[in-house]
Amino acid sequence: MSLSVNIKKRLGKFLLDVQFEGDSGVTCLLGASGCGKSMTLKCIAGIEKPDEGRIVLDGKVLFDSKEHINLPPQKREVGYLFQNYALFPNMTVRQNILCGLHGEKDRERKEARLSEALRMMELSDLKDHKPAQLSGGQQQRAALARILVSDPKLLLLDEPFSALDGHLRDSIKLQLRDVLNRFGRDVVMVTHNRDEAYNMSRQIAVMEDGHMLTQKPTKELFADPESVSACILTGCKNIAKAEKAGEYLVDVPDWGIVLKTGKPVKDGLKAVGIRAHSFSQSETENGCPVCFVEEMEEPFETILQFRFQNQKEGTAPVWWRVSKEARPKTFPDRIGVKPEKLLLLYK
Amino acid sequence: MNIDWYPLINSLRVATIGCVLVFFLGIFFAYYAARLPRVIKGLLDVVLTLPMVLPPTVCGYFLLMLFGNRRPLGSFLSQFGIQFVMTWYGAVLASTVVAFPLMYRTARGAFESFDETLAYSGQTLGLSNTFIFWRIRMPACRQGILAGLVLAFARALGEYGATSMLVGYIQGRTATISTTVYQLWRTNDESGAFFWVMINLAISVVVLLAVNLLESGQKKQKAR
Repeated sequence: MSLSVNIKKRLGKFLLDVQFEGDSGVTCLLGASGCGKSMTLKCIAGIEKPDEGRIVLDGKVLFDSKEHINLPPQKREVGYLFQNYALFPNMTVRQNILCGLHGEKDRERKEARLSEALRMMELSDLKDHKPAQLSGGQQQRAALARILVSDPKLLLLDEPFSALDGHLRDSIKLQLRDVLNRFGRDVVMVTHNRDEAYNMSRQIAVMEDGHMLTQKPTKELFADPESVSACILTGCKNIAKAEKAGEYLVDVPDWGIVLKTGKPVKDGLKAVGIRAHSFSQSETENGCPVCFVEEMEEPFETILQFRFQNQKEGTAPVWWRVSKEARPKTFPDRIGVKPEKLLLLYK
Repeated sequence: MNIDWYPLINSLRVATIGCVLVFFLGIFFAYYAARLPRVIKGLLDVVLTLPMVLPPTVCGYFLLMLFGNRRPLGSFLSQFGIQFVMTWYGAVLASTVVAFPLMYRTARGAFESFDETLAYSGQTLGLSNTFIFWRIRMPACRQGILAGLVLAFARALGEYGATSMLVGYIQGRTATISTTVYQLWRTNDESGAFFWVMINLAISVVVLLAVNLLESGQKKQKAR
């Protein structure tokens, strides 16, 4: 299984210029809204035509500007789950799924595959309902069923959880992951949500402003995002400009501190990031004097904002996130962070 | 009373055939105009909508300029026995031209509000573009297109100006309800004119009721 994408497309002032390889399993395109993630999916599906480049899926050329190949979406065998699911409103669930089975000419097999899909997606009781009568989760299952029966080689998911109510999201994530595992094909998923990206994917490609920043296995990306944008997208709250001050030392002028690092610092360091979870009052290494600013409570955790003693005026306070049980009764004078928790950002 | 029903039959025939033509032409142009580059689309839009804002007699004038027997196109067509001047199918042509913009504009509005992702998802599922058009796009735009069709029918039925320019009034050959009303009034047959006015009124009421029904159906669908 392999997908290789290398395309350019100009849209007014915006230039989409992406290269990435989809490996087996779920690949996630992570990026802020408007960075060209959905456009990339549309180019892969053949809904939009790139200006130049090449898209190859499993050895089959879907698009090649030099060879003038541009297969219509119908011939690409690429399934596309739209953000709003795009179920046909004038058809029942059953008719919608049959649309995905139009290639199956054998009547008995068609019926069998239909009822198999209805059963697998728990839609058997809803098969005669119109999409408008279904809940968000049911609509998503119906749309997925319709795509999966058409047996695509690649499945594209465009923000699959954005249209769902918050309390449904986690259970539907689990369901979807389960379905995708059974489906066993390549999946490219687009999201701006780091939790979804982490939950669902084995590797992540980070996009910014129409181009690809990095592509890495998910856990490696979160452990070492390398660039400031990727660091922000993976949810890091504390990022400050930094300079190399020694082989294992960085100087952070905005915070007025020098920190030890776990990894040797390379030349060209741009910034450091420290995740809000990484601080600890009992940590002696990198212990710095701090003063409390503000607290914001969440149901099970709390966010404590503080400033370093010599932090520059006008810079944002630092976020420290702890569980309520671990929250110190009185705010500590010194807070430390393990050297290996420092994220070194070079781009 | 011995009534010559020809104007009613002819009017219904003209309006129905005109309506069928307008349906396909309107949908064709509404669908393809939306896909053209902006400048061409704007120009085409003006040309296609002109018959709606021009006085029908001016449309009739243009039609005569094109299809008159001594004009190039008219004389060319008459070699094949096709003549639009002074024939009932000339009336079809006139009412089609005048009613076309109503269908075109309402259909375009309906197509513009169509959620394109439905078409895209159909394509990625491997459905043919024809299937997508007739089974997904048209049903989704059904209300707007039907409303346009009813309006076009009403307009075609009531067409007077262009029709009288192109096909005049020949009893039993080109007479429609609207030209008959004028003709009878002109020849001091007030009761005859009144009779046809009532017929026309009845048809118009039915048409307007149909429009209202369609619109309330549309609202219900949206509320859901």
